[in-house]
Amino acid sequence: MPLYPAPVYRIAGDRGLLLELGDGIDPHVNRAVRKMSLAIEREGIPGILEVIPTYRSILLVYDPMRIRPHEIRRIVSQLDLASSEATLPPPRKVEIPVCYGGEFGPDMEFVASYTGLTVEEVIEIHSAPLYQIYMMGFTPGFPFLGGLPQVLATPRLPTPRVQVPAGSVAIAANQTGIYPIASPGGWRLIGRTPLRLFFPERAEPFLYRPGDFIKFRPITPEEFQEILKRENSSGLP
Amino acid sequence: MACLKVLDPGPMTTVQDLGRYGYQALGVPISGALDQISAMIANWLVGNPSGAALLEATFAGPKLEALEDVWVCVTGARALMTLNGREVEGWTALRMKPGDVLWIKRMVEGLRAYIAISGGIDVPEVMGSRSTYVPGKMGGLGGRPLARGDVLERLGEVRISEPITLRPELRPRWQREIELRAIPGPQDDHFGEGLEIFFSSPFVVTPQSDRMGCRLDGPPVPRKPEAPQSIISEPSMPGSVQIPPDGKPIVLLVEQTVGGYAKIATIIWPDISRVAQARPGDTMRFVKVSLDEAHDIYRETWNQLECLRESLGAPP
Repeated sequence: MPLYPAPVYRIAGDRGLLLELGDGIDPHVNRAVRKMSLAIEREGIPGILEVIPTYRSILLVYDPMRIRPHEIRRIVSQLDLASSEATLPPPRKVEIPVCYGGEFGPDMEFVASYTGLTVEEVIEIHSAPLYQIYMMGFTPGFPFLGGLPQVLATPRLPTPRVQVPAGSVAIAANQTGIYPIASPGGWRLIGRTPLRLFFPERAEPFLYRPGDFIKFRPITPEEFQEILKRENSSGLP
Repeated sequence: MACLKVLDPGPMTTVQDLGRYGYQALGVPISGALDQISAMIANWLVGNPSGAALLEATFAGPKLEALEDVWVCVTGARALMTLNGREVEGWTALRMKPGDVLWIKRMVEGLRAYIAISGGIDVPEVMGSRSTYVPGKMGGLGGRPLARGDVLERLGEVRISEPITLRPELRPRWQREIELRAIPGPQDDHFGEGLEIFFSSPFVVTPQSDRMGCRLDGPPVPRKPEAPQSIISEPSMPGSVQIPPDGKPIVLLVEQTVGGYAKIATIIWPDISRVAQARPGDTMRFVKVSLDEAHDIYRETWNQLECLRESLGAPP
């Protein structure tokens, strides 16, 4: 059972408390994380500035002038988790077109040789599952997806790249995700989506949210260029 | 109200406030002034509340021409700067009349200067903050650094009418050898001998440093042999020090929300200003403090800052 009997607390500096609810990337643990985050937010604890749910842990950012860590632990241990179950929003399914390999996936050959698969097999296996978004982070809208088939697990780069292009689809250990904006990064790049993923001016700034499902659809370089052209022109008035 | 015209933007000057909170769960980083203490004091010296939008200039500053009567104040890095060609000093409210030119030529000590204008800079709030996040092309002036010809608008009223200065003994000095207090964790249990090395060795600030992270060079910090190479990605606080597989520490700053490498320690909030002001080539040493000690330092720092704000007559 990857879920711990009780949360493990870790100290994240003078303003952060990290609650670990379980070990591993697991749908039950992640569901427990989203439930507890909702319950903490709903409790409206004075002095807690931000609640950040992730795969299996929650970072609570607090103001040490207003609340002490032992008080946070006491309040969290008394939360009624059963009542927040029903209010988790219903998940949506979002399709993301991906051009795998070649110039868009410079690490594809490495992933194939590391996993002992052909490039075609990597594409087929990677684009088959419905991946649930376990969390978003690192950069705006970067979705960390659960359910990467174990056979594709590949370690991170020993030294992160200084610049990863926006839209890159990547693998790190047993995680997969998308870089929505250009940023540094240590994941292995296997493909790229031409979709624009981040709209800071909109009330809903991303195409998806934690808890939703993502399905990757393999596309050709020609289709990539077509979608890219459409995306670029749709932003114009 | 058009207030200042940008004659020269400097290499990296952005609009910042104290940060964008509430969106880290979607991966939107806090952003905001890296040296929050200097930023708040700059605002107080021109009569602004702590969180008014101001400029953060890195390496060298901008050249700004006043379009109206305005008070400005430069804090943070000690800068070589002139007002109409005459040398002026920081941590002091400076009066500018239309046509006056303030030129922050370069930083002499420290790396980042904060330039507050009385009334604060008027740019649209994006997700509750005026801070620029350049990689996400959001906040500030169209999500980008300042450019030649930009005009900065003033948001609120000018609240001061006479020069205010911060007593020289209260102004921070930026050293080339920097001591940073840090609390072990959240993954200090992944390090054995590595903890000894981390808390006893000097590390050098590399040029590969930005608002996302400050990369250090020094003796590699090893994990325990049985510790995993990476961890399940989790959120990080500004000031947390992650150790990637090559063992070279990276101090995570305000443009990062989660990471997948173990974090050996977290620099306390009052010392993050010193990271913000560290120049490539500077030396950092880490000093271990407990959580209780850190909270005593935190409360003392904030009490002093509150006293200072009240003595300057600035709003909260």
